[in-house]
Amino acid sequence: MISKNREYATVTKVSGPLIVVEGVSGVAYGEVTEITMPSGEKRRGQVLEARSNLAVVQVFGGTKDLDTDVTSIRFTGETLKISLSEEILGRILDGAANPIDGGNPVIPERVLDIHGYSINPYAREFPQDFIETGISTIDGMNTLVRGQKLPIFSGAGLPHNRLAAQITKQAKVLGKEEEFAVVFAAMGITHEEANFFIKDFRDTGALERSVIFLNLADDPVIERFITPRLALTTAEFLAFEKEMHVLVILTDMTNYCEALREIAAAREEVPGRRGYPGYMYTDLASIYERAGRIKDKKGSITQMPILTMPDDDITHPIPDLTGYITEGQVVLSRDLHRKGIYPPIDVLPCLSRLMQGGIGKGRTREDHPDVNDQLYSAYAEGRKLQSLVAVVGEEGLSDTDKKYLEFADRFESIFVNQGTGTRRSIEETLAIAWDLLSMLPESELKRIDTEFIRKYRPHLKEGSIE
Amino acid sequence: MKKEGTIIKITGPVVLAENMRGSRIYELVMVGKEQLIGEIIELERDTATIQVYEETSGVTPGEPVTRTGMPLSVELGPGLLGQIYDGIQRPLTKIMDLVGDYIERGIQVPALDRERRWEFTPEVSVGDVVGQGDILGVVPETKTLIHRVLVPPGLSGKVREIAAKGTYTVEETIAKLDAEEGAVVGIQMLQRWPVREARPYGKKLEPNVPLITGQRVIDTFFPIAKGGTAAVPGPFGSGKTVVQQQLAKWVNAEIIVYVGCGERGNEMADVLREFPALEDPTTGEPLMNRTVLIANTSNMPVAAREASVYTGITIAEYYRDMGYDVALMADSTSRWAEAMREISGRLEEMPGEEGYPAYLASRLADFYERSGRIITTGREERMGSVSVIGAVSPPGGDFSEPVTQNTLRIVKVFWALDADLANKRHFPAINWLESYSLYTDAVSDWWHEQAGDDWGEMRGEMMTLLQKESELQEIVQLVGADVLPEHDKLVLLAAEILKESFLIQNAFHAVDTYCRPVKQYGIMKILLTFYGLASDAIAKGVPVEKIMAMPVRVKLARIAVIPDAEYEGRFEEIKKNMEDEFRSLVPA
Ligand SMILES: Nc1ncnc2c1ncn2[C@@H]1O[C@H](COP(=O)(O)OP(=O)(O)OP(=O)(O)O)[C@@H](O)[C@H]1O
Ligand SMILES: [Mg+2]
Repeated sequence: MISKNREYATVTKVSGPLIVVEGVSGVAYGEVTEITMPSGEKRRGQVLEARSNLAVVQVFGGTKDLDTDVTSIRFTGETLKISLSEEILGRILDGAANPIDGGNPVIPERVLDIHGYSINPYAREFPQDFIETGISTIDGMNTLVRGQKLPIFSGAGLPHNRLAAQITKQAKVLGKEEEFAVVFAAMGITHEEANFFIKDFRDTGALERSVIFLNLADDPVIERFITPRLALTTAEFLAFEKEMHVLVILTDMTNYCEALREIAAAREEVPGRRGYPGYMYTDLASIYERAGRIKDKKGSITQMPILTMPDDDITHPIPDLTGYITEGQVVLSRDLHRKGIYPPIDVLPCLSRLMQGGIGKGRTREDHPDVNDQLYSAYAEGRKLQSLVAVVGEEGLSDTDKKYLEFADRFESIFVNQGTGTRRSIEETLAIAWDLLSMLPESELKRIDTEFIRKYRPHLKEGSIE
Repeated sequence: MKKEGTIIKITGPVVLAENMRGSRIYELVMVGKEQLIGEIIELERDTATIQVYEETSGVTPGEPVTRTGMPLSVELGPGLLGQIYDGIQRPLTKIMDLVGDYIERGIQVPALDRERRWEFTPEVSVGDVVGQGDILGVVPETKTLIHRVLVPPGLSGKVREIAAKGTYTVEETIAKLDAEEGAVVGIQMLQRWPVREARPYGKKLEPNVPLITGQRVIDTFFPIAKGGTAAVPGPFGSGKTVVQQQLAKWVNAEIIVYVGCGERGNEMADVLREFPALEDPTTGEPLMNRTVLIANTSNMPVAAREASVYTGITIAEYYRDMGYDVALMADSTSRWAEAMREISGRLEEMPGEEGYPAYLASRLADFYERSGRIITTGREERMGSVSVIGAVSPPGGDFSEPVTQNTLRIVKVFWALDADLANKRHFPAINWLESYSLYTDAVSDWWHEQAGDDWGEMRGEMMTLLQKESELQEIVQLVGADVLPEHDKLVLLAAEILKESFLIQNAFHAVDTYCRPVKQYGIMKILLTFYGLASDAIAKGVPVEKIMAMPVRVKLARIAVIPDAEYEGRFEEIKKNMEDEFRSLVPA
């Protein structure tokens, strides 16, 4: 039995973000606590370990200024919850869901547990609706569909925020005007970055359709553990109870993972790779898997988590475990950024696993899958030759090789480099692709069905193949 | 009287309870007021450590733990096929009917439908003496699959009663045996088996029949045999799941058990969407009818993830015992190993390499050891097999980590997926230099009979060509290709053609998704003919550049997508084109 309102002043140990409370009874695992500081300030926490007479509690506000003398703790008998109603749209909240926009607290229509339950895989609808983002490298080669989780793998100083904002502004599902919403969760990003998003949302009119959760760089680290869960519970409410198509942006997941590592270290757990806890995969999955569609429900949750790869290393546990869970990834490249290319998306390590279902005849265009394949293999060939030329020079190259080299250059400077202000339709993207591919001899277009070559290759549309 | 203990500690999926004296390791227990399903994994005096298969938030010390006296078991009987279960065999369809789109806690639903009636036809008579594995009767489980109801392991006796032909539920008694010492034992179609225990069989056979997958690089270069084991390690996005799903679709096994162990929910939705619409290549029936899905996705409880592979393999063995070829895919065994690690960490066991428990290697070995081609128990001596294909997800794509390494020590086939190949969309991204199969010799007789007696020779030639190419590539990287002699340039060209026409295979192309063995052989033959003619031409002074520009190359590049119905004629035609073109290149 969870009895309500048990208050104790028996904190016996404070260690990192954790406190140990002794002499308790009837404390439930996962229960929410309210901690009263010596100053009278209140902080929330959650039980990580429950024993007959002892509890280990993680304190979301951090343990600064806590003591073992005066501090008291109340066990609420509740799990972590958030109050929701449609009025939450347009609001700006802190990382623990308290309003920071000067408005009143949201009058709840529903109070939901922030951990949620797992979606029954049998209840999932397979996501297939093409979202046109207006970005060629995404629409043409790493197509996003509604209900997908597609992260941006970036590096410090790369324009991931600009890209995320551009996608938020431009994204639409062709032929459909439906209710959309944006849920934005910041974890440990700077004020400046947060303001960039808020301003952009305001300018484009998205702000009134948005819910913004802000845990900024100077906010408590451990709070980052709950911010994405608050955001996703909100998204689920909007998507599956209010029938909206919700885009969730989570940034920066790297800061979230650092918070996880801090808790694990404080608990003296056996560390996994590079000090991150062994259960980080499972923990991240409990966030990322809260994207998708549900049978017979109109709404959807599309997730775009952003993470900065430490040292630009894609094998670092944070991008690595993320990639193992998400349905692909969009990878930004420092090299392309240095060349002044925007968006600096390096398509080779990018992937959209749900692309196949979203493109092709009746969805985008019949030749799209083949064109995509061909672009990949041609660009990969060009890049291979670029590195070869760097060693042995251009002399030994065949004419075809030289064409591949030129293809790779123009692919980057034209197809990839579209600029911040340009929104390309999928037709435009495919047209540019065909223009580029027509630089290569036709016999090189081995990945494309001959019928499509006849139909779409610019100066060949009428002629025959040989 | 119920036996109960008391919870004294909860951390995540691990619960400690006291007053548990007399319980057994791996005993199934019900935890807390909500009766969450758990399993005892450690005992010390009267304290039991329990892994709980459901989320434990809200569970409080002092709540009871109820013992069941039974180990974690699965229900076996007609009605498994076409189902989707979670890691501890709860039917996800029923759970959805009961509680909606999200899986709530403490739900207990039987795995097999208790209401449904099955058409049973007896195959024994009163007075017959039967032993374990003998057929008591048969049930058409699907249009094409005969479900054989067997005498359960460990039981024998004289048939005292046998049900008449008719319809029965899985719980009705269909036979009674006079067992030893005068005991009468009733047998139902519903049988139970503890998941962590291998089911008995007669004897193991050599796996020398290929499990045909329709994937060229697999069947021809790195074949797996029926009853064999294979591992598919690779970094994220390299194509493990697509390989597993391709196999689940196209292998020539009668039953598929697909275990989604700690992976994506949408991948399960994908299988559920596709499989009912696809045809089983052998029977023409919907693929879903030969498939059992175990879905314990990454957001479902960790402990049940650990159990899911055992649930899957037990079901696989059950159909094997009827005399069927079963193929089990586990995607991904790394998530299973990580679940072990997580539980072990909470038990504060002494960690081994990278935090994995010291028993990682033996657990992996025990699991793969449950594969095999066998003669079943029972007087009929049926032949059956369980082939196991495990995906491995090494952190950072680094194969030196413990799960990959320990798996490679056990399995006989290694399909190494390669991020570079995947990045340039060379799929399946199976690296032909690193991968291997220890069944190649064992299955070569089959190929020689079914395809042609030069199969082994041609396969060898192609392999040599690929190896030669990789050596040459190293030189090219240093000095460029133009310094190479003409014949070496031809090796580069031929290897290129081999990749684009044979090794690359598009899983999403209606024709290319499956390639019959004879067609694989046919393509290989044409490519080698090309290489042979080209070598002659070069010897006669034709420069490689001319060969590169031959029109027939375009046809070769698209040879794999020629539909099955026309391929023989079209292959002949291409061969003829090729010979003509070479004739005009080489001055007589
Ligand atoms: N044979 C194939 N034909 C065409 N495309 C393929 C093939 N194999 C893989 N792919 C492509 O690669 C993508 C990733 O494959 P897959 O999901 O199987 O990777 P994975 O190794 O299982 O990754 P993870 O470890 O993250 O689950 C697919 O979505 C598909 O686009
Ligand atoms: Mg996978």
